[in-house]
Amino acid sequence: MPMSLEEKSIKPAALAPAHQATPAPVTEVRIQGPGQPAERKEEVVFDISDLSIYYGANQAVRNVTLQIHARSVTAIIGPSGCGKSTFLRTLNRMHELAPGARHTGVIRLQGEDLYARGVDPTLVRRRVGMVFQKSNPFPTMTIAENVLCGLRLNGVKDKQLLRERLEQSLRMAALWDEVKDHLHRPGTSLSGGQQQRLCIARALAVRPQIILMDEPCSALDPIATAKVEELIHELKRTYTIVIVTHNMQQAARVSDRTAFFYMGNLVEYAETRTIFMNPSNPQTEAYVSGRFG
Amino acid sequence: METNGNHRYRKFKNAAMNFVSVGCAVLVISPLGFILFYLLRQGVQALNWDFFTKLPAPVGQSGGGMGNAIAGTLELLALASLLGVPIGVLGGIYLAEYGRDRLNDWIRFWADVLNGVPSIVWGMVAYALAVVPFKTFSAYSGGLALGFIMIPLVLRTTEEVLVLVPRSYREAALALGLPQWKMIVRIVLPTAMKGVVTGVLLAMGRVAGETAPLLFTAFGNRYWSQHLTEPIAALPLQIFAYAISPYDDWHRQAWAGALVLIFLVFLLSAGVRIFSNRQKAGATS
Repeated sequence: MPMSLEEKSIKPAALAPAHQATPAPVTEVRIQGPGQPAERKEEVVFDISDLSIYYGANQAVRNVTLQIHARSVTAIIGPSGCGKSTFLRTLNRMHELAPGARHTGVIRLQGEDLYARGVDPTLVRRRVGMVFQKSNPFPTMTIAENVLCGLRLNGVKDKQLLRERLEQSLRMAALWDEVKDHLHRPGTSLSGGQQQRLCIARALAVRPQIILMDEPCSALDPIATAKVEELIHELKRTYTIVIVTHNMQQAARVSDRTAFFYMGNLVEYAETRTIFMNPSNPQTEAYVSGRFG
Repeated sequence: METNGNHRYRKFKNAAMNFVSVGCAVLVISPLGFILFYLLRQGVQALNWDFFTKLPAPVGQSGGGMGNAIAGTLELLALASLLGVPIGVLGGIYLAEYGRDRLNDWIRFWADVLNGVPSIVWGMVAYALAVVPFKTFSAYSGGLALGFIMIPLVLRTTEEVLVLVPRSYREAALALGLPQWKMIVRIVLPTAMKGVVTGVLLAMGRVAGETAPLLFTAFGNRYWSQHLTEPIAALPLQIFAYAISPYDDWHRQAWAGALVLIFLVFLLSAGVRIFSNRQKAGATS
Protein backbone atom coordinates (compact mmCIF):
# COMPACT_ATOMS: atom_id res chain seq x y z
CA MET A 1 0.00 0.00 0.00
CA PRO A 2 2.58 2.57 0.91
CA MET A 3 4.53 1.73 -2.21
CA SER A 4 1.92 3.42 -4.35
CA LEU A 5 2.90 6.65 -2.67
CA GLU A 6 6.33 6.33 -4.10
CA GLU A 7 5.12 6.50 -7.67
CA LYS A 8 5.88 9.56 -9.68
CA SER A 9 2.25 10.13 -10.43
CA ILE A 10 0.44 12.79 -8.48
CA LYS A 11 -2.22 11.53 -6.19
CA PRO A 12 -5.56 13.07 -7.11
CA ALA A 13 -6.50 13.30 -3.44
CA ALA A 14 -3.73 15.73 -2.76
CA LEU A 15 -4.92 17.99 -5.50
CA ALA A 16 -8.63 17.64 -5.08
CA PRO A 17 -9.66 20.45 -2.73
CA ALA A 18 -10.17 23.69 -4.53
CA HIS A 19 -9.50 26.82 -2.58
CA GLN A 20 -10.96 30.21 -2.90
CA ALA A 21 -8.33 32.76 -2.21
CA THR A 22 -9.32 35.35 0.33
CA PRO A 23 -8.02 38.81 -0.39
CA ALA A 24 -7.50 40.16 3.10
CA PRO A 25 -6.20 38.41 6.20
CA VAL A 26 -8.90 37.56 8.71
CA THR A 27 -7.63 38.25 12.18
CA GLU A 28 -8.64 37.13 15.64
CA VAL A 29 -9.64 33.64 14.73
CA ARG A 30 -9.12 30.92 17.30
CA ILE A 31 -8.15 27.52 16.06
CA GLN A 32 -10.52 24.91 17.38
CA GLY A 33 -9.56 21.77 19.25
CA PRO A 34 -8.67 18.53 17.51
CA GLY A 35 -11.29 16.63 15.58
CA GLN A 36 -13.19 19.78 14.78
CA PRO A 37 -13.87 19.91 11.09
CA ALA A 38 -12.70 22.97 9.26
CA GLU A 39 -15.82 24.90 8.50
CA ARG A 40 -14.74 28.51 8.46
CA LYS A 41 -13.89 30.41 5.40
CA GLU A 42 -10.24 30.26 4.58
CA GLU A 43 -8.26 32.68 6.63
CA VAL A 44 -4.71 33.88 6.32
CA VAL A 45 -2.43 32.77 9.13
CA PHE A 46 0.87 34.15 8.00
CA ASP A 47 0.89 37.33 6.00
CA ILE A 48 4.44 37.88 4.80
CA SER A 49 5.43 40.95 2.92
CA ASP A 50 8.72 41.90 1.36
CA LEU A 51 10.71 39.56 3.59
CA SER A 52 14.48 39.49 3.11
CA ILE A 53 16.63 37.36 5.36
CA TYR A 54 20.35 37.65 5.92
CA TYR A 55 23.16 35.75 7.56
CA GLY A 56 25.64 38.52 8.18
CA ALA A 57 26.35 39.97 4.76
CA ASN A 58 24.83 36.98 3.02
CA GLN A 59 21.31 37.38 1.76
CA ALA A 60 19.48 34.06 1.92
CA VAL A 61 15.96 35.15 1.05
CA ARG A 62 15.01 38.04 -1.22
CA ASN A 63 11.88 40.15 -0.98
CA VAL A 64 9.39 37.36 -0.48
CA THR A 65 5.72 38.19 -0.23
CA LEU A 66 3.21 35.44 0.32
CA GLN A 67 0.26 34.38 2.45
CA ILE A 68 -0.16 31.08 4.22
CA HIS A 69 -3.67 29.86 4.77
CA ALA A 70 -5.21 28.20 7.78
CA ARG A 71 -5.88 24.48 7.96
CA SER A 72 -4.05 23.71 4.80
CA VAL A 73 -0.67 22.36 3.89
CA THR A 74 1.75 24.74 2.26
CA ALA A 75 4.81 23.12 0.74
CA ILE A 76 8.03 24.96 0.11
CA ILE A 77 10.20 23.38 -2.54
CA GLY A 78 13.42 24.29 -4.24
CA PRO A 79 16.99 23.11 -4.63
CA SER A 80 19.45 23.04 -1.72
CA GLY A 81 20.52 26.46 -0.55
CA CYS A 82 17.53 28.23 -2.03
CA GLY A 83 16.58 29.70 1.34
CA LYS A 84 13.56 27.53 2.04
CA SER A 85 14.67 26.34 5.48
CA THR A 86 15.78 29.84 6.40
CA PHE A 87 12.40 31.15 5.36
CA LEU A 88 10.67 28.51 7.48
CA ARG A 89 12.78 29.30 10.51
CA THR A 90 11.86 32.98 10.48
CA LEU A 91 8.21 31.96 10.89
CA ASN A 92 8.76 30.85 14.50
CA ARG A 93 11.70 33.11 15.24
CA MET A 94 14.25 30.31 15.24
CA HIS A 95 16.27 32.04 12.57
CA GLU A 96 17.37 34.79 14.94
CA LEU A 97 19.30 32.20 17.01
CA ALA A 98 21.90 31.92 14.27
CA PRO A 99 24.80 34.31 14.68
CA GLY A 100 24.51 37.36 12.47
CA ALA A 101 20.92 36.60 11.54
CA ARG A 102 18.63 39.47 10.62
CA HIS A 103 15.77 40.26 8.34
CA THR A 104 13.78 43.05 6.80
CA GLY A 105 10.12 43.10 5.90
CA VAL A 106 7.08 42.17 7.91
CA ILE A 107 5.62 38.85 9.00
CA ARG A 108 2.17 38.97 10.49
CA LEU A 109 0.82 36.03 12.42
CA GLN A 110 -2.95 36.40 12.44
CA GLY A 111 -2.53 40.12 12.10
CA GLU A 112 0.13 40.59 14.76
CA ASP A 113 3.62 41.62 13.78
CA LEU A 114 5.74 38.61 14.71
CA TYR A 115 8.85 40.68 15.21
CA ALA A 116 7.30 43.70 16.89
CA ARG A 117 9.09 45.09 19.90
CA GLY A 118 7.90 43.34 23.02
CA VAL A 119 6.87 40.11 21.33
CA ASP A 120 8.35 37.24 23.30
CA PRO A 121 9.85 34.66 20.94
CA THR A 122 9.08 31.85 23.39
CA LEU A 123 5.37 32.69 23.17
CA VAL A 124 5.59 32.78 19.38
CA ARG A 125 7.15 29.32 19.44
CA ARG A 126 4.34 27.96 21.57
CA ARG A 127 1.92 28.99 18.85
CA VAL A 128 4.15 27.94 15.99
CA GLY A 129 5.58 24.47 16.61
CA MET A 130 8.33 22.86 14.64
CA VAL A 131 9.40 19.41 13.51
CA PHE A 132 12.96 18.99 12.37
CA GLN A 133 14.72 17.13 9.62
CA LYS A 134 16.45 14.74 11.97
CA SER A 135 14.28 13.29 14.69
CA ASN A 136 15.53 14.61 18.01
CA PRO A 137 13.73 13.12 21.00
CA PHE A 138 15.45 14.17 24.21
CA PRO A 139 17.80 11.32 25.11
CA THR A 140 17.37 11.67 28.85
CA MET A 141 13.60 11.31 28.69
CA THR A 142 11.12 8.49 28.25
CA ILE A 143 8.52 8.44 25.49
CA ALA A 144 5.91 9.95 27.82
CA GLU A 145 8.29 12.57 29.18
CA ASN A 146 9.25 13.58 25.67
CA VAL A 147 5.65 14.15 24.65
CA LEU A 148 4.80 16.07 27.80
CA CYS A 149 8.06 17.96 28.04
CA GLY A 150 6.75 21.19 26.52
CA LEU A 151 3.77 21.25 28.87
CA ARG A 152 5.58 20.21 32.03
CA LEU A 153 8.49 22.55 31.59
CA ASN A 154 6.09 25.36 30.90
CA GLY A 155 4.51 24.75 34.26
CA VAL A 156 1.52 22.46 33.64
CA LYS A 157 1.09 20.24 36.71
CA ASP A 158 -2.48 18.93 36.32
CA LYS A 159 -1.99 15.15 36.18
CA GLN A 160 -5.35 14.51 34.55
CA LEU A 161 -4.67 17.01 31.78
CA LEU A 162 -1.18 15.64 31.23
CA ARG A 163 -2.50 12.09 30.92
CA GLU A 164 -5.11 13.19 28.42
CA ARG A 165 -2.66 15.20 26.37
CA LEU A 166 -0.22 12.31 26.31
CA GLU A 167 -2.74 9.96 24.78
CA GLN A 168 -4.29 12.57 22.48
CA SER A 169 -0.96 13.74 21.15
CA LEU A 170 0.33 10.23 20.56
CA ARG A 171 -2.95 9.26 18.89
CA MET A 172 -2.82 12.32 16.65
CA ALA A 173 0.73 11.39 15.74
CA ALA A 174 -0.51 7.85 14.96
CA LEU A 175 1.95 6.43 17.45
CA TRP A 176 -0.30 5.52 20.37
CA ASP A 177 -0.96 1.91 19.40
CA GLU A 178 2.72 1.24 18.90
CA VAL A 179 3.97 2.71 22.17
CA LYS A 180 1.08 2.61 24.63
CA ASP A 181 2.50 -0.40 26.45
CA HIS A 182 5.96 1.01 26.94
CA LEU A 183 5.54 4.70 27.51
CA HIS A 184 8.35 4.63 30.02
CA ARG A 185 11.04 3.40 27.71
CA PRO A 186 13.57 5.95 26.49
CA GLY A 187 12.40 7.96 23.51
CA THR A 188 15.56 7.00 21.70
CA SER A 189 14.63 3.30 21.88
CA LEU A 190 12.12 3.79 19.05
CA SER A 191 12.83 3.30 15.36
CA GLY A 192 13.68 6.29 13.19
CA GLY A 193 10.17 6.71 11.83
CA GLN A 194 8.63 6.28 15.26
CA GLN A 195 11.05 8.83 16.69
CA GLN A 196 9.96 11.34 14.09
CA ARG A 197 6.30 10.75 14.93
CA LEU A 198 7.24 11.08 18.61
CA CYS A 199 8.70 14.48 17.79
CA ILE A 200 5.48 15.39 16.01
CA ALA A 201 3.52 14.28 19.08
CA ARG A 202 5.82 16.39 21.24
CA ALA A 203 5.16 19.41 19.05
CA LEU A 204 1.40 18.75 19.07
CA ALA A 205 1.19 18.39 22.85
CA VAL A 206 1.63 22.11 23.45
CA ARG A 207 -1.28 22.75 21.07
CA PRO A 208 0.34 25.06 18.57
CA GLN A 209 -1.80 26.59 15.84
CA ILE A 210 0.77 26.11 13.16
CA ILE A 211 3.31 23.37 12.64
CA LEU A 212 6.44 23.98 10.63
CA MET A 213 8.09 20.89 9.22
CA ASP A 214 11.63 21.09 7.98
CA GLU A 215 12.11 18.13 5.65
CA PRO A 216 10.49 15.82 8.18
CA CYS A 217 10.84 12.72 6.04
CA SER A 218 14.27 13.13 4.56
CA ALA A 219 15.80 10.65 7.01
CA LEU A 220 12.95 8.15 6.83
CA ASP A 221 12.34 5.06 4.71
CA PRO A 222 9.36 4.97 2.31
CA ILE A 223 7.02 3.22 4.76
CA ALA A 224 7.75 5.63 7.58
CA THR A 225 7.45 8.49 5.08
CA ALA A 226 4.02 7.26 4.02
CA LYS A 227 2.91 7.20 7.66
CA VAL A 228 4.07 10.74 8.28
CA GLU A 229 2.38 11.94 5.10
CA GLU A 230 -0.85 10.26 6.10
CA LEU A 231 -0.49 12.04 9.40
CA ILE A 232 -0.05 15.39 7.68
CA HIS A 233 -3.32 14.77 5.87
CA GLU A 234 -5.04 14.16 9.18
CA LEU A 235 -3.45 17.10 10.93
CA LYS A 236 -4.44 19.70 8.41
CA ARG A 237 -8.04 19.38 9.51
CA THR A 238 -6.98 21.11 12.71
CA TYR A 239 -3.61 22.67 12.09
CA THR A 240 -1.93 24.88 9.59
CA ILE A 241 1.12 23.12 8.23
CA VAL A 242 4.07 24.54 6.40
CA ILE A 243 6.40 21.88 5.10
CA VAL A 244 9.79 22.28 3.51
CA THR A 245 10.63 19.35 1.31
CA HIS A 246 13.26 18.26 -1.08
CA ASN A 247 10.96 15.71 -2.50
CA MET A 248 8.66 17.09 -5.18
CA GLN A 249 6.46 14.02 -5.17
CA GLN A 250 5.94 14.58 -1.50
CA ALA A 251 4.98 18.20 -2.05
CA ALA A 252 2.51 17.06 -4.70
CA ARG A 253 1.06 14.39 -2.44
CA VAL A 254 0.59 16.36 0.76
CA SER A 255 0.19 20.02 0.00
CA ASP A 256 -2.60 22.32 -1.06
CA ARG A 257 -0.35 25.16 -2.10
CA THR A 258 3.26 25.10 -3.15
CA ALA A 259 5.89 27.81 -3.14
CA PHE A 260 8.92 27.35 -5.33
CA PHE A 261 12.09 29.06 -4.09
CA TYR A 262 15.18 29.47 -6.16
CA MET A 263 18.34 31.34 -5.14
CA GLY A 264 16.49 33.08 -2.36
CA ASN A 265 13.69 34.27 -4.58
CA LEU A 266 10.11 33.15 -4.46
CA VAL A 267 9.71 32.14 -8.08
CA GLU A 268 6.15 30.98 -7.99
CA TYR A 269 3.46 30.41 -5.41
CA ALA A 270 0.16 28.84 -6.34
CA GLU A 271 -2.08 25.90 -5.76
CA THR A 272 -0.08 22.72 -5.85
CA ARG A 273 -1.97 21.47 -8.88
CA THR A 274 -1.09 24.59 -10.79
CA ILE A 275 2.57 24.43 -9.80
CA PHE A 276 2.90 20.85 -10.97
CA MET A 277 0.54 20.77 -13.94
CA ASN A 278 0.56 24.24 -15.30
CA PRO A 279 3.30 26.43 -13.86
CA SER A 280 3.47 29.92 -15.24
CA ASN A 281 7.21 30.30 -14.76
CA PRO A 282 9.60 28.34 -16.97
CA GLN A 283 12.01 27.89 -14.05
CA THR A 284 9.29 26.26 -12.00
CA GLU A 285 8.43 24.00 -14.88
CA ALA A 286 12.05 23.02 -15.33
CA TYR A 287 12.38 22.24 -11.63
CA VAL A 288 9.19 20.29 -11.13
CA SER A 289 9.78 18.27 -14.25
CA GLY A 290 13.20 17.34 -12.92
CA ARG A 291 15.29 19.17 -15.50
CA PHE A 292 17.40 20.88 -12.85
CA GLY A 293 17.88 21.07 -9.10
CA MET B 1 57.38 -10.36 -7.53
CA GLU B 2 57.78 -6.68 -6.91
CA THR B 3 54.38 -6.31 -5.33
CA ASN B 4 55.27 -9.23 -3.10
CA GLY B 5 58.40 -7.52 -1.86
CA ASN B 6 56.49 -4.32 -1.32
CA HIS B 7 53.91 -6.22 0.62
CA ARG B 8 56.54 -7.76 2.87
CA TYR B 9 58.08 -4.35 3.48
CA ARG B 10 54.71 -2.98 4.48
CA LYS B 11 54.15 -5.85 6.86
CA PHE B 12 57.51 -5.15 8.38
CA LYS B 13 56.70 -1.45 8.80
CA ASN B 14 53.43 -2.34 10.42
CA ALA B 15 55.09 -4.74 12.83
CA ALA B 16 57.76 -2.20 13.72
CA MET B 17 55.20 0.48 14.36
CA ASN B 18 53.19 -1.93 16.45
CA PHE B 19 56.26 -2.88 18.49
CA VAL B 20 57.27 0.71 19.14
CA SER B 21 53.82 1.82 20.25
CA VAL B 22 53.30 -1.20 22.50
CA GLY B 23 56.72 -0.53 24.00
CA CYS B 24 55.80 3.08 24.72
CA ALA B 25 52.50 2.05 26.26
CA VAL B 26 54.29 -0.39 28.56
CA LEU B 27 56.79 2.32 29.44
CA VAL B 28 53.96 4.61 30.44
CA ILE B 29 52.11 2.05 32.51
CA SER B 30 55.02 0.32 34.21
CA PRO B 31 55.99 3.15 36.61
CA LEU B 32 52.39 3.25 37.78
CA GLY B 33 52.51 -0.50 38.32
CA PHE B 34 55.76 -0.23 40.26
CA ILE B 35 54.46 2.61 42.41
CA LEU B 36 51.27 0.74 43.23
CA PHE B 37 53.20 -2.42 43.99
CA TYR B 38 55.72 -0.65 46.21
CA LEU B 39 53.02 1.33 47.99
CA LEU B 40 51.07 -1.82 48.67
CA ARG B 41 54.12 -3.61 50.01
CA GLN B 42 55.20 -0.74 52.22
CA GLY B 43 51.80 0.52 53.24
CA VAL B 44 49.76 -2.57 53.96
CA GLN B 45 51.68 -3.51 57.08
CA ALA B 46 50.70 -0.29 58.83
CA LEU B 47 47.08 -0.46 57.67
CA ASN B 48 44.62 -1.56 60.30
CA TRP B 49 41.41 -0.38 61.83
CA ASP B 50 43.24 1.99 64.16
CA PHE B 51 44.84 3.69 61.20
CA PHE B 52 41.44 4.83 59.96
CA THR B 53 39.98 5.77 63.33
CA LYS B 54 42.71 6.85 65.72
CA LEU B 55 44.67 10.06 66.15
CA PRO B 56 48.42 10.04 65.53
CA ALA B 57 50.30 8.59 68.48
CA PRO B 58 52.73 10.84 70.36
CA VAL B 59 56.42 10.49 69.58
CA GLY B 60 57.87 7.38 71.12
CA GLN B 61 54.62 5.47 71.27
CA SER B 62 53.77 3.01 68.54
CA GLY B 63 50.31 2.62 66.99
CA GLY B 64 47.91 5.44 66.41
CA GLY B 65 46.49 6.37 63.03
CA MET B 66 45.52 9.05 60.58
CA GLY B 67 41.79 9.18 61.25
CA ASN B 68 41.83 12.94 61.62
CA ALA B 69 43.80 13.41 58.41
CA ILE B 70 41.44 11.19 56.40
CA ALA B 71 38.42 13.06 57.74
CA GLY B 72 40.23 16.34 57.17
CA THR B 73 40.94 15.56 53.53
CA LEU B 74 37.28 14.66 52.98
CA GLU B 75 36.17 17.87 54.67
CA LEU B 76 38.58 19.93 52.60
CA LEU B 77 37.33 18.24 49.42
CA ALA B 78 33.76 19.06 50.38
CA LEU B 79 34.64 22.70 51.06
CA ALA B 80 36.60 22.97 47.82
CA SER B 81 33.70 21.49 45.85
CA LEU B 82 31.30 23.89 47.48
CA LEU B 83 33.32 26.70 45.95
CA GLY B 84 34.66 25.12 42.78
CA VAL B 85 31.64 23.21 41.46
CA PRO B 86 28.99 25.94 41.31
CA ILE B 87 31.35 28.59 39.96
CA GLY B 88 32.98 26.18 37.53
CA VAL B 89 29.71 24.73 36.25
CA LEU B 90 27.94 28.07 35.94
CA GLY B 91 30.97 29.58 34.24
CA GLY B 92 31.05 26.64 31.85
CA ILE B 93 27.37 27.19 31.12
CA TYR B 94 28.10 30.82 30.39
CA LEU B 95 30.89 29.93 27.98
CA ALA B 96 28.89 27.26 26.18
CA GLU B 97 25.46 28.87 26.08
CA TYR B 98 25.55 32.61 26.51
CA GLY B 99 28.97 34.10 25.97
CA ARG B 100 30.05 36.26 23.09
CA ASP B 101 32.98 35.07 21.02
CA ARG B 102 35.47 37.76 21.95
CA LEU B 103 34.81 37.60 25.69
CA ASN B 104 34.72 33.80 25.60
CA ASP B 105 38.18 33.67 24.09
CA TRP B 106 39.47 35.80 26.96
CA ILE B 107 37.76 33.73 29.61
CA ARG B 108 39.11 30.52 28.09
CA PHE B 109 42.58 31.98 27.86
CA TRP B 110 42.54 33.04 31.50
CA ALA B 111 41.10 29.73 32.63
CA ASP B 112 43.94 27.96 30.88
CA VAL B 113 46.48 30.30 32.45
CA LEU B 114 44.92 29.66 35.87
CA ASN B 115 45.11 25.92 35.21
CA GLY B 116 48.84 26.33 34.87
CA VAL B 117 49.36 28.40 38.01
CA PRO B 118 51.53 26.43 40.47
CA SER B 119 49.38 25.16 43.30
CA ILE B 120 51.51 26.79 45.98
CA VAL B 121 50.59 30.15 44.51
CA TRP B 122 46.95 29.30 45.14
CA GLY B 123 47.96 28.54 48.70
CA MET B 124 49.45 32.02 48.98
CA VAL B 125 46.32 33.60 47.53
CA ALA B 126 44.15 31.77 50.04
CA TYR B 127 46.62 32.71 52.77
CA ALA B 128 46.31 36.37 51.89
CA LEU B 129 42.52 36.20 51.56
CA ALA B 130 41.51 33.97 54.42
CA VAL B 131 44.38 33.44 56.82
CA VAL B 132 45.81 36.92 57.27
CA PRO B 133 42.49 38.73 57.84
CA PHE B 134 41.23 36.19 60.38
CA LYS B 135 44.64 35.63 61.93
CA THR B 136 44.28 31.86 61.98
CA PHE B 137 44.95 28.89 59.77
CA SER B 138 41.66 27.18 59.02
CA ALA B 139 39.83 24.50 57.11
CA TYR B 140 38.06 27.29 55.26
CA SER B 141 41.28 28.71 53.91
CA GLY B 142 42.42 25.23 52.81
CA GLY B 143 39.09 24.66 51.08
CA LEU B 144 39.41 28.05 49.44
CA ALA B 145 42.85 27.21 48.05
CA LEU B 146 41.69 23.85 46.68
CA GLY B 147 38.48 25.42 45.39
CA PHE B 148 40.49 27.95 43.39
CA ILE B 149 42.31 25.10 41.73
CA MET B 150 39.05 23.32 40.92
CA ILE B 151 37.31 26.30 39.28
CA PRO B 152 39.19 26.44 35.96
CA LEU B 153 39.26 22.63 35.72
CA VAL B 154 35.52 22.29 36.19
CA LEU B 155 34.86 25.32 34.01
CA ARG B 156 36.69 23.95 30.99
CA THR B 157 35.34 20.40 31.21
CA THR B 158 31.79 21.68 31.70
CA GLU B 159 32.09 23.91 28.67
CA GLU B 160 33.50 21.10 26.58
CA VAL B 161 30.74 18.63 27.40
CA LEU B 162 27.97 21.20 26.99
CA VAL B 163 29.20 22.13 23.54
CA LEU B 164 28.99 18.45 22.61
CA VAL B 165 25.23 18.40 23.19
CA PRO B 166 23.79 18.50 19.65
CA ARG B 167 22.19 21.74 18.55
CA SER B 168 19.11 19.82 17.50
CA TYR B 169 18.12 19.23 21.15
CA ARG B 170 18.45 22.91 21.89
CA GLU B 171 16.35 23.79 18.86
CA ALA B 172 13.71 21.21 19.73
CA ALA B 173 13.45 22.63 23.23
CA LEU B 174 13.23 26.23 22.02
CA ALA B 175 10.69 25.25 19.39
CA LEU B 176 8.46 23.99 22.21
CA GLY B 177 8.42 27.53 23.56
CA LEU B 178 10.83 26.97 26.42
CA PRO B 179 12.85 29.95 27.56
CA GLN B 180 16.59 29.63 27.16
CA TRP B 181 17.43 29.12 30.84
CA LYS B 182 14.90 26.31 31.11
CA MET B 183 16.26 24.71 27.98
CA ILE B 184 19.74 24.78 29.56
CA VAL B 185 18.69 23.53 32.98
CA ARG B 186 16.21 20.89 31.91
CA ILE B 187 17.45 19.68 28.54
CA VAL B 188 21.11 20.54 27.94
CA LEU B 189 22.50 19.94 31.44
CA PRO B 190 20.79 16.56 31.96
CA THR B 191 21.99 15.43 28.54
CA ALA B 192 25.55 16.38 29.44
CA MET B 193 25.30 15.40 33.11
CA LYS B 194 27.60 12.45 32.77
CA GLY B 195 30.37 14.64 31.41
CA VAL B 196 29.83 17.37 33.99
CA VAL B 197 30.00 14.89 36.87
CA THR B 198 33.06 13.28 35.32
CA GLY B 199 34.77 16.66 35.18
CA VAL B 200 33.91 17.40 38.80
CA LEU B 201 35.20 14.03 40.01
CA LEU B 202 38.41 14.42 38.05
CA ALA B 203 38.95 17.86 39.52
CA MET B 204 38.34 16.45 43.01
CA GLY B 205 40.86 13.70 42.31
CA ARG B 206 43.33 16.30 41.20
CA VAL B 207 43.06 18.45 44.33
CA ALA B 208 42.76 15.53 46.76
CA GLY B 209 46.51 14.97 46.55
CA GLU B 210 47.56 18.61 46.64
CA THR B 211 49.98 19.38 49.47
CA ALA B 212 51.51 22.74 48.70
CA PRO B 213 48.34 24.86 48.85
CA LEU B 214 47.57 23.41 52.28
CA LEU B 215 50.94 24.13 53.87
CA PHE B 216 50.01 27.55 55.15
CA THR B 217 46.22 27.40 54.90
CA ALA B 218 44.83 24.18 56.39
CA PHE B 219 48.20 23.89 58.12
CA GLY B 220 47.62 20.43 59.60
CA ASN B 221 46.44 19.43 63.01
CA ARG B 222 47.50 16.57 65.28
CA TYR B 223 44.01 16.35 66.74
CA TRP B 224 40.48 16.19 65.48
CA SER B 225 39.55 19.67 64.42
CA GLN B 226 36.52 20.90 66.28
CA HIS B 227 35.55 23.64 63.91
CA LEU B 228 36.16 24.70 60.33
CA THR B 229 37.76 27.91 61.55
CA GLU B 230 40.59 25.88 63.09
CA PRO B 231 43.61 24.32 61.41
CA ILE B 232 42.71 20.93 60.01
CA ALA B 233 44.71 17.80 59.22
CA ALA B 234 44.96 16.51 55.67
CA LEU B 235 46.42 13.29 54.32
CA PRO B 236 49.07 14.86 52.08
CA LEU B 237 50.28 17.09 54.95
CA GLN B 238 50.38 14.19 57.35
CA ILE B 239 52.28 12.05 54.86
CA PHE B 240 54.77 14.87 54.36
CA ALA B 241 55.27 15.38 58.08
CA TYR B 242 55.72 11.68 58.76
CA ALA B 243 57.94 10.99 55.77
CA ILE B 244 60.55 13.55 56.84
CA SER B 245 60.50 12.38 60.47
CA PRO B 246 63.29 10.20 61.87
CA TYR B 247 60.97 7.45 63.19
CA ASP B 248 60.50 4.11 61.43
CA ASP B 249 56.97 3.74 62.74
CA TRP B 250 56.01 7.08 61.25
CA HIS B 251 57.62 6.12 57.93
CA ARG B 252 55.43 3.04 57.81
CA GLN B 253 52.39 5.17 58.56
CA ALA B 254 53.37 7.62 55.84
CA TRP B 255 53.38 4.73 53.37
CA ALA B 256 49.99 3.64 54.58
CA GLY B 257 48.74 7.21 54.26
CA ALA B 258 49.99 7.37 50.69
CA LEU B 259 48.22 4.12 49.97
CA VAL B 260 44.97 5.43 51.38
CA LEU B 261 45.32 8.67 49.42
CA ILE B 262 45.94 6.87 46.15
CA PHE B 263 43.01 4.60 46.91
CA LEU B 264 40.81 7.66 47.45
CA VAL B 265 41.84 9.08 44.08
CA PHE B 266 41.29 5.65 42.56
CA LEU B 267 37.79 5.59 44.05
CA LEU B 268 37.03 8.96 42.45
CA SER B 269 38.24 7.71 39.06
CA ALA B 270 36.25 4.52 39.46
CA GLY B 271 33.26 6.69 40.24
CA VAL B 272 33.87 8.50 36.94
CA ARG B 273 33.93 5.19 35.08
CA ILE B 274 30.84 3.78 36.71
CA PHE B 275 28.97 7.00 36.16
CA SER B 276 29.87 7.34 32.52
CA ASN B 277 29.07 3.69 31.76
CA ARG B 278 25.72 3.83 33.44
CA GLN B 279 24.58 6.81 31.42
CA LYS B 280 26.10 5.84 28.13
CA ALA B 281 22.98 4.03 26.96
CA GLY B 282 20.87 7.16 27.13
CA ALA B 283 23.30 9.63 25.65
CA THR B 284 23.81 8.14 22.21
CA SER B 285 21.99 9.04 19.01
